[in-house]
Amino acid sequence: MNEHLLTATNINRIFVSKQRSFTALDNINLTIGNHEFVSLLGPSGCGKSTFLRLVAGLDSASSGSLQMNGNNLDKPGRDRGVVFQQYSLLPWLLAWQNVAFALKKEKNMRAAEKKELAYHFLDLVGLNGFEEIYPSQMSGGMQQRVAIARALVIKPPLLLMDEPFGALDAQTRRDMQDLLVTIFKETRSSVLFVTHDVDEAVYLSDRVYVMATNPGRIAKQIDIHLSADKDWSIQLSEPFITYKKEILMELKKQKKNVHHSK
Amino acid sequence: MRFKLISVSGIILVLAVWSFVTYTGMVGSLFLPTPTAVILEAKKQVEDGIFFQDIWISFYRILIGFLLATLFALPIGVMMGTSKTWKAFWEPIVGFVRYMPVVAFIPMSILWFGTSDMQKFFIIFFGVFFQQVIMVADNCKTVKKSVVEVGLTLGLNRFEVIKDIVVKAAMPSIWDTLRTVWGWAWTYLVVAELVAATSGLGFRIMQAQRYLSTETIILGILTIGLLGLITDTIFGLLAKVMFPWHEKEKINN
Ligand SMILES: Nc1ncnc2c1ncn2[C@@H]1O[C@H](COP(=O)(O)OP(=O)(O)O)[C@@H](O)[C@H]1O
Ligand SMILES: [Mg+2]
Repeated sequence: MNEHLLTATNINRIFVSKQRSFTALDNINLTIGNHEFVSLLGPSGCGKSTFLRLVAGLDSASSGSLQMNGNNLDKPGRDRGVVFQQYSLLPWLLAWQNVAFALKKEKNMRAAEKKELAYHFLDLVGLNGFEEIYPSQMSGGMQQRVAIARALVIKPPLLLMDEPFGALDAQTRRDMQDLLVTIFKETRSSVLFVTHDVDEAVYLSDRVYVMATNPGRIAKQIDIHLSADKDWSIQLSEPFITYKKEILMELKKQKKNVHHSK
Repeated sequence: MRFKLISVSGIILVLAVWSFVTYTGMVGSLFLPTPTAVILEAKKQVEDGIFFQDIWISFYRILIGFLLATLFALPIGVMMGTSKTWKAFWEPIVGFVRYMPVVAFIPMSILWFGTSDMQKFFIIFFGVFFQQVIMVADNCKTVKKSVVEVGLTLGLNRFEVIKDIVVKAAMPSIWDTLRTVWGWAWTYLVVAELVAATSGLGFRIMQAQRYLSTETIILGILTIGLLGLITDTIFGLLAKVMFPWHEKEKINN
């Protein structure tokens, strides 16, 4: 029985240059189930983006197998929506055109229909009334909302997000997290979420993979059981803090090890 | 507004110095004509009907030469800027030819095209085409990898990524390239009309040189300068209309 949407088995990614070869990912094994929200958490440089790019099909593993619904992932595809960290909107398109751009390959859809859908998804991410402006006229938070709308509009079974809120201020970041919780409940797509923020990971995820660096690897897997109807106040609850402690201890252990090995 | 005043005052200063050194006789009229002489020459040329005829024929030659060059340079430049294979193919040819002096090709061009307008188109084409190719290729190379990857993740193929993302993203800088090279095209005009021409601004200047008719030369030079300035302004205005998003981007950052 295989109910997993995504299965990564023994993934290695070694970057080879003339001077040296560098192991960015060392034997990664993980799964993402249907309707599951999975986070990769770890310090900068532990290979989070590298792994996400493999799943997005923008890069290939040196060895190992990466399958989605039993098919090998070796090129980008519309079954995976990607939200990059920043600067990913097309600056020459208006907000709604950026979203509709994702529907370019829908040959059977009329232009008016695409526009309607784009408007709908902008509404979903809270950008009602901002459809007709250029990315350069938006704040970072608004740009990221458009990027999310663009990723959602193709209704991908798997949503890949690489530190999507990393460049936002604390308040906007919290708003966006709540927005994501709401959207996730509605769309029920699976999410692979990359972050280095412990609270964010615990708040949003069903499962967190804590990664370690040098070589990039998975150090610990933590299943999170919080109410599906959570809101921000859950971050003050007992179980939330227990999860957080567990992750922080793991990260701390890593630091110590680095210290010893020096 | 303030900057417009500053610009105007710069022009006035040059005119003032010119007037001063010529009207006082500090510089002989053989070396530099007075503004009055140039204006009288302009009046005469307008009355003879050659003034606007020269402008038109020169403009026509530059335009056709430039458009032909652009027509070929755009696709080749984009190919070079987006594909290592095409770059490997075109780079030696373009890199080699672009250092050849245009003037040296005049005898060959007459041999090939006679004294027709084709010969003038060719000289202007030759002067700007290779620069355009190199610069357009560079414009495409500066497009951010992140927007290219957006296209890939949305399922676009290579050709679609180039057409719908790279070219669109590079368009404002490509336009700047065309604007710059259009300026150079005017400088090749005189070269194109150096020999085997019977009309045009460049021809008028070369002919006047034989009779040391300096007011005709200065008038020709000023006319070319003015036309260059006007067309450059048009390029700038069109950029604002075509790339409103780009203007806003500049202001915001
Ligand atoms: N294309 C590449 N070539 C060489 N090294 C790379 C490349 N991409 C990433 N790396 C290296 O792999 C490591 C992991 O990078 P990355 O996945 O971006 O980390 P993270 O996203 O967790 O901060 C880093 O040390 C980085 O320098
Ligand atoms: Mg990263």
